[in-house]
Amino acid sequence: MEHEPTLSEIKKEYHGTLSAYITGFISSLVLTGISFSLVLTKVVEGKTLVYTLILLAIIQAFFQLLCFLHLGQEAKPRWESVIFWFMVLVLLIIVLGSLWIMSDLNDRVMNM
Amino acid sequence: MTIHHYDTVETFPDKRIPDPHQDAYSRSTLGFWIYLMTDCILFAALFVTYAVLKESTFGGPSSKDIFELKTAFIETMILLFSTVTCGMAVLAAVKGKMQSIRTWLGLSFLLGASFIFLELREFSHLVHEGFSWEKSAFLSSFFTLVGTHGFHVSVGLLWMAVMMAQISFCGVTVDTFRRLVLFSLFWHFLDLIWIFIFTFVYLLGVL
Amino acid sequence: MFGRLTKDAFIHDMAQNGAVAGMILGAIALIALISYLGRWKWLWREWITTVDPKRIGIMYIVVVLIMFAKGFADAVMMRMQQCVSVGDSFGFLTAEHFQEVFSAHGTTMIFFVAMGVVFGLMNLIVPLQIGARDVAYPFLNALGFWLFAAGGFLTLVSLAVGKFSIAGWLAYPPLSGLEYCPGEGIDYWIWSVQIAGVGSTLSGINFLVTILKMRCPGMTWMKMPIFIWSALCTNILVIFAFPILTATLALLTLDRYLGMHFFTAGGGGNPMMYINLIWAWGHPEVYIIMLPAFGIFSEVVPTFSEKRLFGYVSMVWALVIITVLSYIVWLHHFFTMGASPGVNTFFAITTMLIAIPTGVKLFNWLFTKFRGRVHFASPMLWFFAFVLNFSVAGMTGILLSAPPVDYQVHNSLFLIAHFHGMAIGGVLFGFFAGFTYWFPKFTGFHLDEKLNTYAFWCWFLGFLVAFMPLYMLGFMGATRRLDHYDVASWQSVFISAAVGVLIIFIGASIQLFGLFWSIKNRDKLRSGRDPWNGRTLEWSIPSPPPEYNFAIVPTVDQIDPLWATKRGQGPEQKKEYEDIHMPLNTPAGFFIGAISLIFGFAITWHIYWLAILAFVGIITCLIIRLSGKEVHGNITAEEVQRIEEAATT
Repeated sequence: MEHEPTLSEIKKEYHGTLSAYITGFISSLVLTGISFSLVLTKVVEGKTLVYTLILLAIIQAFFQLLCFLHLGQEAKPRWESVIFWFMVLVLLIIVLGSLWIMSDLNDRVMNM
Repeated sequence: MTIHHYDTVETFPDKRIPDPHQDAYSRSTLGFWIYLMTDCILFAALFVTYAVLKESTFGGPSSKDIFELKTAFIETMILLFSTVTCGMAVLAAVKGKMQSIRTWLGLSFLLGASFIFLELREFSHLVHEGFSWEKSAFLSSFFTLVGTHGFHVSVGLLWMAVMMAQISFCGVTVDTFRRLVLFSLFWHFLDLIWIFIFTFVYLLGVL
Repeated sequence: MFGRLTKDAFIHDMAQNGAVAGMILGAIALIALISYLGRWKWLWREWITTVDPKRIGIMYIVVVLIMFAKGFADAVMMRMQQCVSVGDSFGFLTAEHFQEVFSAHGTTMIFFVAMGVVFGLMNLIVPLQIGARDVAYPFLNALGFWLFAAGGFLTLVSLAVGKFSIAGWLAYPPLSGLEYCPGEGIDYWIWSVQIAGVGSTLSGINFLVTILKMRCPGMTWMKMPIFIWSALCTNILVIFAFPILTATLALLTLDRYLGMHFFTAGGGGNPMMYINLIWAWGHPEVYIIMLPAFGIFSEVVPTFSEKRLFGYVSMVWALVIITVLSYIVWLHHFFTMGASPGVNTFFAITTMLIAIPTGVKLFNWLFTKFRGRVHFASPMLWFFAFVLNFSVAGMTGILLSAPPVDYQVHNSLFLIAHFHGMAIGGVLFGFFAGFTYWFPKFTGFHLDEKLNTYAFWCWFLGFLVAFMPLYMLGFMGATRRLDHYDVASWQSVFISAAVGVLIIFIGASIQLFGLFWSIKNRDKLRSGRDPWNGRTLEWSIPSPPPEYNFAIVPTVDQIDPLWATKRGQGPEQKKEYEDIHMPLNTPAGFFIGAISLIFGFAITWHIYWLAILAFVGIITCLIIRLSGKEVHGNITAEEVQRIEEAATT
């Protein structure tokens, strides 16, 4: 490494903007508000409510990933995004796989 | 023959170079991002353990009995505000406004500390009621999942304090800016995890 | 004041006292030798505070050799015990001691030999093969090593102070829980593995970014050496698997230290969740130790066949498919523990599938040799040992992947023979091939070829004599971890296995002797920069390499870039020397590792004040290290030129 970039060159690599933070903030407020209201007012119930809450969480997570963590805005090759999606794949395998295995085992255990 | 600086941020990058961004900033942000991804897997293991053991109350209280949505909502709001003020601090650092940085970081710190305070109060209240982590698998996994997140937040508070000191003493330099950005990634990541905690633990827990 | 530590912890039986005395005398002898040679400052400056991956790689190998000696001693003890402990005789090891021995054996071999080999070789070879001067995070890399060493050392301490775990290398609950194992053994195991595991995760992040970002100009994906591809896949496995281990060990720790109920038999706990999670880590782990061995053979076979690797693209795909599939097979480690046929079948199929890309790789190596000019140097001999021993073990793996078969032989010696075939036939023989192949690069001289060859024959034949009988014993009904048995007809088979271990012992001794013999005769064994007529970049620089590896960063445009250059192909290289910035040494890695050792010991014995102090110490070191201005040392272009011209080799 002969020439390290200067401070101003590095600042160009940072992808945060005020509008992104405000968007993330508002969307998180709204989505959180909706989630809590749905549970408190019981507008929806049962399995529908569960899936809706999960969906709202995932949507808010994406807003925060985009607006706060700047996912997808890094320079090419977008390693952060590639590794993120691979992590999601592994996470789903482990979580869904474990839930499947453990509930299967549970089915075969005598009720006490 | 000119000396070719292949390891700087270039406007016309040499296409033969597998990755033109070889500076410390790019390396650090990628590496730290990968660490955050490993932390996601760690939390995933804790979440799935909670999911498996959630109903194992061993005669003790269940999630419906002990979770208070009011506290969870306040904690959620505090953490959200704290993550935004942290973002504001980094934007101030880009502009080099020292006082702004201090103000925003200070605000983030107060909010983060309030979050920990509320969480500790919730935990000690549960323990005093007799619902400690020793009583059942459900309680063990609740305290561990939420507690691990709280531990991460506490480490973040320590890091934030160190950053405030570094920036006060050295100003915004190549190194301190880079570290501040890494810290902000960490702090934002914790709010991301919290989304799943308030959804899967608290909201689904009171249904 | 001392937690649960009492004088009783220092009392052992005679044999163990002997081992401890040997360890302590060895350490004293080493300290005396260093003092006599006046080399403390040199040791500190050149090795302990280094961030040079070449040095760190060598330190990994040194630790590996020490830990291998311990693990091998454990193996010899088990074989000897099982030779005599039949019927009315109960051998020389108590049941409890035998349990400690097999637990220590597995823990040492997987975590401190195999993982050490993986990261040691990555340190040595990855930067050189990608044409880089350094790794992405030199300090983090050093820290990863010192945490690894701390974990290993903690297991050695457990030999002298107190007892080690008796719950096997994976410590299944409820046995490993507070109710059945309240003592320090499990805690020693937890903290050794946990500390080393953190080191592995950090090293994994380091090498992943190194490979992603620091390849030299022109080295696009499909031009990387296959060893680098296997290192890449290994590190992907590391970063997504080790957090599961960290979490699971933490949950067991909470059960034991704070009375929680994750895996307890009561309180609503579910021990199967531990087994599920630990194998979700455990299966990727066995590929973590295996893929680098495959990578080594992908380097050795083409070089000693003077022919390009057959099927480069299919090799890459095979690695990628193995990496992805290795995350969806983990239940095959517990087929017999209660899952329904549907679940068992799913994982059986995925397990069988993973054999296919493995087979592709094997055939590609063999096809590389077809019509090549094959040289039977010792690295190539290790390849042949691998082909036979690993393939047999691999086929028994396919047998095991069928749940009905597995129900018969799970946890029998059949299983033990299978995975030792993979571990010794695959991982260890791969390491030996890599060690003999790359030794000249880092030292400037060969290992004595004759002694290498004798060692190979002893290992190859000794392995067959030691482990083929175990397949038989498995079918005859012998389970694993037996300190005593009542079936007299098994004894002769056990004795055969012990003879095999003896042959292996001779081989290992020849290797150890050969190392010192080669060092003594190094002037006669001088190798130069390219002793094997190599094909990849590491053979283009002096042996041993200078600190900065490449005086001029190479540019490549095809696979096997050195082979291209030798044929007058290859792109134009830069010609001018430049100033080179290298990172400075730091004691922080060593200090954090040493304090982690103290932390591990303190918390094992519930000496909480010391544990807290050590924890604060670690945080303080980290804050100090990560607060300074980042500085580098400068090697001027003139200095570089001088070093290059002085290096005649």
